Amino acid sequence: MPSDIRGDRLSPAEVESNFADLHPLLSKHEAVVEADRCYFCHDAPCVTACPTGIDIPLFIRQILTDNPSGSAKTILSENILGGMCARVCPTETLCEQACVREIEHKPVRIGELQRYATDHLMETGTQPFERAPLTGKKAAVVGAGPAGLSCAHRLAMLGHEVTIFEAKEKGGGLNEYGIAAYKAVDEFAQKELDFVLSIGGIELKNGVALGRDVTLDSLVSDFDAVFLGLGLGATNGLGVDGEALDGVADAVDFIEDLRQAPAMEKVAVGSNVVVIGGGMTAIDAAVQSKLLGADEVTLVYRRGADRMNASPYEQSLAKEKGVVLRHWARPEKIDAGPDGKVGSISFARTKDEGGKLVDTGAQFTLEADMVLKAIGQTFVPVPLQGNAAEIALESGRIKAGADRRSSHPKIWAGGDAVAGGEDLTVAAVEDGKQAALSIHNALTGA
Amino acid sequence: MANLQTNFLGIKSPNPFWLASAPPTDREVNVTRAFKAGWGGVVWKTLGEDPHVVNVNGPRYGAIHSNDRRLIGLNNIELITDRPLEVNLREIKAVKKAWPDRAIIVSLMVPCEEEAWKKILPLVEDTGADGIELNFGCPHGMSERGMGAAVGQVPEYVEMVARWCKQNTRMPVIVKLTPNITDVRQPARAAKNGGADAVSLINTINSVMGVDLDIMAPSPHIDGKGTHGGYCGPAVKPIAMSMVSEIARDPDTQGLPISAIGGITTWRDAAEFMALGAGTVQVCTAAMTYGFKIVEEMKLGLSDWMDEKGYTSVDQFVGMAVPNVTDWQYLNLNYVVKAKIDQESCIKCGRCHIVCEDTSHQAIWAEKDGQRHFEVNDAECVGCNLCVSVCPVENCITMEQQTDGVDARTGTPINPEYSNWTTHPNNPMRVAAE
Repeated sequence: MPSDIRGDRLSPAEVESNFADLHPLLSKHEAVVEADRCYFCHDAPCVTACPTGIDIPLFIRQILTDNPSGSAKTILSENILGGMCARVCPTETLCEQACVREIEHKPVRIGELQRYATDHLMETGTQPFERAPLTGKKAAVVGAGPAGLSCAHRLAMLGHEVTIFEAKEKGGGLNEYGIAAYKAVDEFAQKELDFVLSIGGIELKNGVALGRDVTLDSLVSDFDAVFLGLGLGATNGLGVDGEALDGVADAVDFIEDLRQAPAMEKVAVGSNVVVIGGGMTAIDAAVQSKLLGADEVTLVYRRGADRMNASPYEQSLAKEKGVVLRHWARPEKIDAGPDGKVGSISFARTKDEGGKLVDTGAQFTLEADMVLKAIGQTFVPVPLQGNAAEIALESGRIKAGADRRSSHPKIWAGGDAVAGGEDLTVAAVEDGKQAALSIHNALTGA
Repeated sequence: MANLQTNFLGIKSPNPFWLASAPPTDREVNVTRAFKAGWGGVVWKTLGEDPHVVNVNGPRYGAIHSNDRRLIGLNNIELITDRPLEVNLREIKAVKKAWPDRAIIVSLMVPCEEEAWKKILPLVEDTGADGIELNFGCPHGMSERGMGAAVGQVPEYVEMVARWCKQNTRMPVIVKLTPNITDVRQPARAAKNGGADAVSLINTINSVMGVDLDIMAPSPHIDGKGTHGGYCGPAVKPIAMSMVSEIARDPDTQGLPISAIGGITTWRDAAEFMALGAGTVQVCTAAMTYGFKIVEEMKLGLSDWMDEKGYTSVDQFVGMAVPNVTDWQYLNLNYVVKAKIDQESCIKCGRCHIVCEDTSHQAIWAEKDGQRHFEVNDAECVGCNLCVSVCPVENCITMEQQTDGVDARTGTPINPEYSNWTTHPNNPMRVAAE
């Protein structure tokens, strides 16, 4: 069958409806009824499970007592991107998994309550935090993603002047470029960025890339402290024949194109889409392919469902939207169809043998005109190289301690750039916050 | 953050949230934990004469829950402190020394003899405590021995003991009132006449929480028998607010400082009591349900609300609602409202209709053009608010004031003038309208 990758598979109205908000905002009544379910636990397990340590029982109680703005302040004081995290956090493996009411298979809907509070505050357009008296210290933040924004906001709050250097044309990082459109409707990433910057004392320089437009050495000499919140610069390849064929693409590019498209229905998608991978990126690419009107979307992962990085909720969402999930198979080759473009992809069936993934010897082939690769991304340390300032790496990423300080005394790092991270927005926010607190201590001796 | 500092009888505390005299304030370890958690003050659990009392070794508490086990009401049969006087005095002194910025009031209950009070007051004074609260409210156990509510129910005794205390100590005297009385203004007036500096209320309400139908005894029970206990918690708040407001607006006690007690669980509960004249609020059940951390929400919420309203200190709103508490006879009989059902938010459960039809004024239709549809018939609606009270959807039914035209029910034109029962033609005792 000839390749059929094209836009306009569905009408603008159909696409708009398909990409509507995944979890519409709770009404006040829903929020209060849900908040009433919180037991206000002692040493609450949900707080322990939250990478940013939000005082969840307190913020829920503030919703219950009709103080949603105060509730938002409680959330944002630990996690300035609490609005986005309410939308993208895999709560069912974090706070909600820890909720003591999970025993009823009905944990308190913490994520949706968090959104109720933060949306309420952001709707008012107020910045709830004030800056401390200025310290006269300057910090550079590389990358306007979750880690960088969190670090910048906390530094600004503590009275420092911050300049953010962002390679892309918009701030927000993966919130703007890397997550499914239905998780952040109505330009939420940009609204949240504006909200973060509204504290003042933060200059965002877009289109300035580290290593290209500015060097690490210059940042180290021009600023009192540097925070590196770069994203991952490269995607992993499949390493199979046919990977270069027309129709094979990176899922992250597909997701980014969709997020940036002025009209989503125009974004080209195949008739038979095969997504390779088991993480959130794979799910986001697969689900959105389906929502754009692809006839068949199959997600293939080399191990079982329980090993997927995508949460059980994300997996069930994909199934609900019509994505077929296939496990225990690894791609072997991609073959061209009659038109020279991708026509099919063949897999070797796999199994676990004493913890090792091995081929079973069986194979199968899926018809495909579009193959999206989502098997992970890699940190590219090139922008750090060739500078007098040297930073130690670990497992290919920046080595940082609990205070997020690198091996260089003036450089801190967080988010995807550091080793041992959790690949979660909320973890990146925590990195930025902890780095800012450590920077503050270093700069003021506090 | 607004300034929550309070000055009550010259006793300063960083916020108006005090822990009431009760189990949470019985020991140094508890009170220290409370102050660490941010409470503005405590009323130390009631001290008495040695030998100290003993408590039962069976259940002391019983509760009423919502169906999701939210605690709505709590009752207890615990007595005053069951520790030696000397131990309590020593601990009070130590805590006051360690926490000089917090209010420490000591609750007292000794027999109705001047000598007994003369004996204990200097001991309390010596601790450095900021004031005393006379426990004239405890409704169980102690009242059988002629103390607690047994004193609070006799205004003459209240006045007498208050006077003894004022004559024998320099400490401010707060009289804690029992709600188990017909007219709470009587003991409040007596307290004032006796020279008391303030009143606090309400103490707990006589209550039996349930009956075990298998063993046919009140529950909770102790070896097959039960006794009435003191009821408190969110369920008693309306009763407490009524009593606080009665004292706040009584010409004889107007201006007498009040420390309010009764189901205070959130910042809003506190703000409401303060609007009704309370200078500080005392909390017990909320802390006994959730722990001391609960005060965080109260402080943050009160501060956020004050910021929103532009209040910079609590004095600015204390008592602000008191002038609007009045007698029924002064309510404006020319004020006409009609219920209005918002068809957009109506979920068509029909409860408004059936309660109006069965138990009120047959003023809500259940059908329109053969369809299930609920709408108010202004010609029957008396504006009673029952439909609003039972509607499960907030703000679906509202009471709308009619400001002109004719009241469809009475056929009389809307009169914009204020007019009340005192001048109404049906009132045999009416006075001539001015």
